[in-house]
Amino acid sequence: MSSIPENLKYTREHEWALFDEEGLTCTCGITDHAQEMLTDIVFVELPEKGIEVKKGERLAVVESVKAVSDVYAPVSGEVIEVNSRLEDSPELLNSDPYGDGWICKLSVKNASEADELMDARAYEAHVAAGD
Amino acid sequence: MATIFDIPSSNTSAFPVPKYDIPDMDALPAELLSTDEVLPDVAEIEAVRHYTNLSRMNYSVDTQMYPLGSCTMKYNPKLNERVASLDGFANLHPLTQPANAQGALALMWELASSLAEITGMKEFTLAPAAGAHGELTGVMIIKKYFEEKGEKRRVILIPDSAHGTNPASVAMCGFEVREIPSRSDGDVDINALASALDENVAAMMLTNPNTLGLFDRGVLDISKLLHSKGALFYADGANLNAVMGMAKMRDMGFDLMHINLHKTFSTPHGGGGPGSGPVGVRDDLVKYLPVPVVMKDGEKYRLEYDRPSSIGRVHSFYGNFLVCVRAYAYLKRLGATGIRTTAETAVLNANYLRARLKNAYNCPVDRICMHEFVLNDKGLPNGLTTNDVAKRILDYGFHAPTVYFPLHVPGAIMIEPTETESKQTLDAFADAMLAIRTECSENPGMVHDAPHTLPVKKVDAVLAARKPVLIWKK
Amino acid sequence: MDYTALSDIDREEMLKAIGVRSVDELFSDIPEEIRLKEKLHLPGGISDIEVEQALRKLAGNNIVAKSFAGAGVYRHYIPAVVDDIARRGEFFTAYTPYQPEVSQGTLTAIFEYQTMIARLTGCDIANASMYDGATAMAEAILMALRGKNGGNVILSETIHPHYREVALTYMRAAGIEVRACGFRDGITDVSKLNTLIDDATAAVVVQSPNFFGLIENVTSFSDIAHKKNAKLIQVITEPLSLGLLKRPGVLGADIACGEAQSFGNPVGFGGPLLGFLAAKEEFVRKIPGRLVGKSVDERGKDAYVLTLQTREQHIRRERATSNICSNEGLCALRAVVYLSLLGNNIRTLAQLNHALAAYLKHRLEEKGFAAPFAGHFFNEFVVCVHDIEKVCERLRGEGYELGILLEPYYPALRDCVLVCATEMNSPDEIDALIAALEGVM
Repeated sequence: MSSIPENLKYTREHEWALFDEEGLTCTCGITDHAQEMLTDIVFVELPEKGIEVKKGERLAVVESVKAVSDVYAPVSGEVIEVNSRLEDSPELLNSDPYGDGWICKLSVKNASEADELMDARAYEAHVAAGD
Repeated sequence: MATIFDIPSSNTSAFPVPKYDIPDMDALPAELLSTDEVLPDVAEIEAVRHYTNLSRMNYSVDTQMYPLGSCTMKYNPKLNERVASLDGFANLHPLTQPANAQGALALMWELASSLAEITGMKEFTLAPAAGAHGELTGVMIIKKYFEEKGEKRRVILIPDSAHGTNPASVAMCGFEVREIPSRSDGDVDINALASALDENVAAMMLTNPNTLGLFDRGVLDISKLLHSKGALFYADGANLNAVMGMAKMRDMGFDLMHINLHKTFSTPHGGGGPGSGPVGVRDDLVKYLPVPVVMKDGEKYRLEYDRPSSIGRVHSFYGNFLVCVRAYAYLKRLGATGIRTTAETAVLNANYLRARLKNAYNCPVDRICMHEFVLNDKGLPNGLTTNDVAKRILDYGFHAPTVYFPLHVPGAIMIEPTETESKQTLDAFADAMLAIRTECSENPGMVHDAPHTLPVKKVDAVLAARKPVLIWKK
Repeated sequence: MDYTALSDIDREEMLKAIGVRSVDELFSDIPEEIRLKEKLHLPGGISDIEVEQALRKLAGNNIVAKSFAGAGVYRHYIPAVVDDIARRGEFFTAYTPYQPEVSQGTLTAIFEYQTMIARLTGCDIANASMYDGATAMAEAILMALRGKNGGNVILSETIHPHYREVALTYMRAAGIEVRACGFRDGITDVSKLNTLIDDATAAVVVQSPNFFGLIENVTSFSDIAHKKNAKLIQVITEPLSLGLLKRPGVLGADIACGEAQSFGNPVGFGGPLLGFLAAKEEFVRKIPGRLVGKSVDERGKDAYVLTLQTREQHIRRERATSNICSNEGLCALRAVVYLSLLGNNIRTLAQLNHALAAYLKHRLEEKGFAAPFAGHFFNEFVVCVHDIEKVCERLRGEGYELGILLEPYYPALRDCVLVCATEMNSPDEIDALIAALEGVM
């Protein structure tokens, strides 16, 4: 069973988001379940700092040997920081998806979008349903 | 694996250059010249041994059955190699006057005519160098057709079972891909097609028989639907081997298509190429074919360039001519009867293997197949996967089937025996697959850790992709 | 006369195992109305002897002249070893090495090929081959445009005319603007380039040695291109020149591409050829086609494998870097065996080609041919003489092909012919050509 931390919010496409206390910024990445499905990740195409993304738009691309997956923005906002360690160490997405394998930080544009995300329990059910 | 660069340097050249007694009348200034030495220097015998030994690490059609689905790895007749190396073909300059190339042009014209007869298309170009190049040429023709009609259509429909080259070719021509799902019986979901079809659709590309090895029973309905909206119907002819001599693509309603000479017409795959991907079209699309076009006037052949509606040139010259020579020789030997027997036997062989394997492995669509069929790893015990089975079959001395394709079947194992295999070989392959299925239950480690008998064990593809090393370094 | 291997008894047994009565039943999914009722109208169905005779007859209807024609394909000596190795069934009847454990032969050879091409071009990486020089150039342009929104590309008019035509075909389909840069004295006009280039220019493409055989000042173009953040693509149709001339990477090219038929492949009426594509490291995830990478197996032993496949159509589909699947693997194998045999003698061979061409040009000038362009050339050059078409025609009657007439490609170059000499044209053959010329002029 993959790990699903309680303090995070989730999308149906297997991204996670961690909001700061004021809900002004959020850190995002892919879930443990996602990295398991992708198997060994060999490359991450990171977003450029400063670009604006809308919720659900492509934020990053992760590649395994035989598959390519888009990572979508969990909320709309501007990319304020990217985890450039992933450029040389994409395996962090496998070994520590919720920690060192974070992908980028967004400044949150529309706080209400956070409410549309799933909590851990809902995401667990979503994974169990096999989507 | 030792490379040529690992062989100690020799002082004798394996390629002595003649020493002619002429002065250099145009000495090049030093600033134009390079000074470094970048190639290995090895003795002839070292080079011969190196490449001969490398060859022995390959599986090939000449050494074993190679049931790589979708690739039609049939026997490549040796006679075709001999005739392709004849001086009059191999050493003929492409820009020589047509009067000096009548044999070559006649061959091209006759081959194109034979392909037209086999498929029912009006005319063929031999210029595309491979199947994907043919698709690109075909999609360019589709684009030009609608441009001349003054219609802006942006979308091309592609079933989820399609080869990746289809959507990639479409994208290179600036079209959008709209994917059409397949039904559980393997045919295109015609209701989904009907709802995806509008005035913005330029064409649909369909491989028929499809990549599950099934003849799409709705092909005539699909054709009617498309044509009712003014869209074109493109045939990916990758699987022509199953139907040649049995039915014509034009009669199925296709308007244009490509053929893979390196599949259906037995030209060797060369470790990745060269192939050849002739494109055939219906009457009113002939004017869009790439230039030049081989024309026959009486008994004379010539190349025609003045074709105002043509999409333009797609190859440096006329395509992979020496590949066409091989296909021509093959067709000559087969004739009409041989073509039909070839298709019949390809289908018989595939169905026989399918019958022998379908109870041991999951068979996602249980239907009479054409020239190939798809199994998958659903229900394999002990967590074993398609990849494990594919690696284990190598130990038994067979090349693996195509795996994880088509994409809409999880863990697909796609088997195409071709018509040239004997029953004895088919049985040996089936026995091996059945033995592996038993191993999956009784000795899963043996399957999981395969291959065991080859020069290398499982190769680390993850390392290769994470830290790419693409050229040799000391 | 098919190549099947079943007996009638086999067929009966197999039908029984399948559970059908006839082969016809296996085709019942094909609607009855389109099932062929009669045999195809095709010639053939003949024995090997007759096939070979028919093909020999066709080959005999082609006249292979003593040739001084180049223009994109070059007649070079092919060592017997090349034919011998390339005809090993283990190489030529295998396919794309998707199963590395049973394809180390092909994979290792391609890895060597990539290395040799990268080294000869002075680039960091090279792919496993493209169809031919023209499509390699078109793909190189698309690669330079990748990741940009729109943009234009500038092509020198001294690039092989066929290559420019193919590029136009590809760019038209992709909706990319192409600008043509003219030439002066047979060399790309730098001042024109300066007026054509703008901030939207993604790539500048020059050929060197160019279509006229002349050596271009590639560095001056790469300087201009780089100032506008455009990529410089150097095209080469005669790769033997790399044995002698400065490498594209050294001259500032970001991408080097073109035709490598000269390396161990026959001219073959123009195909199969061998497109090569090399580039700087930054293109490693943008380059089209197959790449072989070095890795290890489970025991830690060196092994080779197809890599970075997520760029390719079978995985990325409509977002792939190209639609290319089959390439020219066997031609690349021929090239790597050829280059292994030739080794660093490539410089001597290239020098000989140059010297023979210079000698031939000199002899032609003695006979009254004019040389319209003054620059240095490699093994190909342009000369003109009054009524060239007739001269060539008469020489053909003597068994010589002098070269390629330029007027159809460049209407201003009336009476001009593009002539080439390789090591296959000995000084004796050149002298004999000159003697024949005396008879026809």
